[in-house]
Amino acid sequence: MKRTVFRHRGLPYLLVLPQVAVTIVFFIWPAFESVRLSVYRTSPFGDKSYFVGLENFAKLLASPEYYHSIAVSFIFGFGVTGLAVGGGLFVAAFATQNIRGLTVYRTAVLWPYGIAAPVAGIIFLFMFHPSYGVLPYWLSFVTSYDFNWLLRGWVAMLLVIVATAWTLVGYNIAFFLAGLLAIPTSVLEAASVDGAGSIRRFASIVLPLLSPITFYLVVVNMIFAFFGAFGVIHAVTQGGPGRATEILVYKVYKDGFIGLNLGSSAAQSVILMIVVITLTALQFRFLERRVTY
Amino acid sequence: MRSDATLAPSRAATLPRTLATRWRPVPWGRVVVHLILLACVAVIAFPLYYALVISTQTVEEVLARPPLLTPSGHALTNYGEAWRRSHMERLLWNSGVVAVISAVGKILISILSAFAIVYFDFRGKALVFWMILITLMLPVEVRIISTYEVIGNLGWLNTYWGLTVPLMASATATFLFRQFYQMVPNELAEAAQIDGAGPLRFLWSFLLPLSWTNIAALFVVLFIYGWNQYLWPLMITNTEAMRVVVIGLQDLIPRTGTHVPEWNVMMAAAIMALLPPVLVILLMQRWFVKGLLESDK
Repeated sequence: MKRTVFRHRGLPYLLVLPQVAVTIVFFIWPAFESVRLSVYRTSPFGDKSYFVGLENFAKLLASPEYYHSIAVSFIFGFGVTGLAVGGGLFVAAFATQNIRGLTVYRTAVLWPYGIAAPVAGIIFLFMFHPSYGVLPYWLSFVTSYDFNWLLRGWVAMLLVIVATAWTLVGYNIAFFLAGLLAIPTSVLEAASVDGAGSIRRFASIVLPLLSPITFYLVVVNMIFAFFGAFGVIHAVTQGGPGRATEILVYKVYKDGFIGLNLGSSAAQSVILMIVVITLTALQFRFLERRVTY
Repeated sequence: MRSDATLAPSRAATLPRTLATRWRPVPWGRVVVHLILLACVAVIAFPLYYALVISTQTVEEVLARPPLLTPSGHALTNYGEAWRRSHMERLLWNSGVVAVISAVGKILISILSAFAIVYFDFRGKALVFWMILITLMLPVEVRIISTYEVIGNLGWLNTYWGLTVPLMASATATFLFRQFYQMVPNELAEAAQIDGAGPLRFLWSFLLPLSWTNIAALFVVLFIYGWNQYLWPLMITNTEAMRVVVIGLQDLIPRTGTHVPEWNVMMAAAIMALLPPVLVILLMQRWFVKGLLESDK
């Protein structure tokens, strides 16, 4: 179908100008600048810089701290995604039972999405507080293990994972419910007439039909955990204790903004750019498939 | 029993209401499902409930063992203290300005560029399209230092300009409007042209009135996104007057040791910071869900 178009020489350029200007000045130019900085060594005061080729990358890839940060990011990313998408799927599994009040339930679980992860982090910081928090108190009945996030890295990791997942789970549920509503009830009824139990029905019909949404949500949650979660780390643990929660984006900030090691920070940015481009490409593949449907 | 439970509604629909309710056995399966869902809601709501409870207690009550899980009567004192100590009016105002201006700006420039892309043929259209797409792949986290330098060169540190304008480029919003305009029947533009309406007239009097629900849905999502920005305001503001609430909140965290553990004041401040976006979601939930589900592109 050919669309009607308006004919005008200058107007379309004028219309896209604001968007393009913001994009170039704040996105494309800084990205090129990051790539340029990554092959220079700059003095902390920014007055001198030398071209060093790939030295910044080489140093990075030789540093155990960087690999540690990668591992921490993956643990954090998989933890958040597993909890938030898994939790969403759990609720969705029950919601297939064609029951009343689904939209009420949706509202009742969706609101944490409005809470910024750092604010959620502060609430969980108190719940996890080693001497006043309610969680270590309850756990002390079960075990004498000391759940002190200031001393134990994995407790700190659990704290930021749970806080982040809490803000994301409602988003995932909303997507799963939308996907469930798109499944024709006749399909589910036909299955139950054939004698499929509710667990069978979920595993062999609902789950496969939800798999594109699940895939999409995994990618989106991963992107958030890798890039959007800077705030919760900065507000709650500052990467600690030790470096137990120092995810990659926090390290970029710490090395560049606090450590003033611009070259290394820029090299890390470039590596992260490659990661986010890969993840976004995955996200598009899903959307493309859904669009052609 | 199992198949009865799922078939009941469709069968009930064909029967008179009274008959259907009289004949239906107690659907235990469904009761269990409701109970499980309610349990999920309770688990998700607990942290906020706990924060609310703490924000009404005195410091002694906060530190009590076993922890008190019921509200007390000191809400006013705590909220007043949190408000005064953090200059909450300034923090909330700044967050509000950032959220509203960045959302409106995003919607505005996205409508203009989507309109250009759908209703004009112009040289470089594909290039423009790809440039907008690329913004999705360059979150602020991967271009921290160099974007900071750009803002510094523009003299935009500690300004509302710096806080809002760089957030305004949006592939998501542009694609949403592009898709919407592509679905608008072609006849509308034809009719407008026959009536002698120019492109801007067409946008203003034909397209915009059709886009209000999309605009509202997108606004709610973008408002929340703007309100909850963290890294960007952290980098480019360092004065108390320009702080946004999500960041200003941290000064109240009683870090271990040196501070009186006034978690009640901290929680009161946290509640005030999270209330505006949560209220927006609850009050505009229909638009919010629509915006959320459609702006995933």
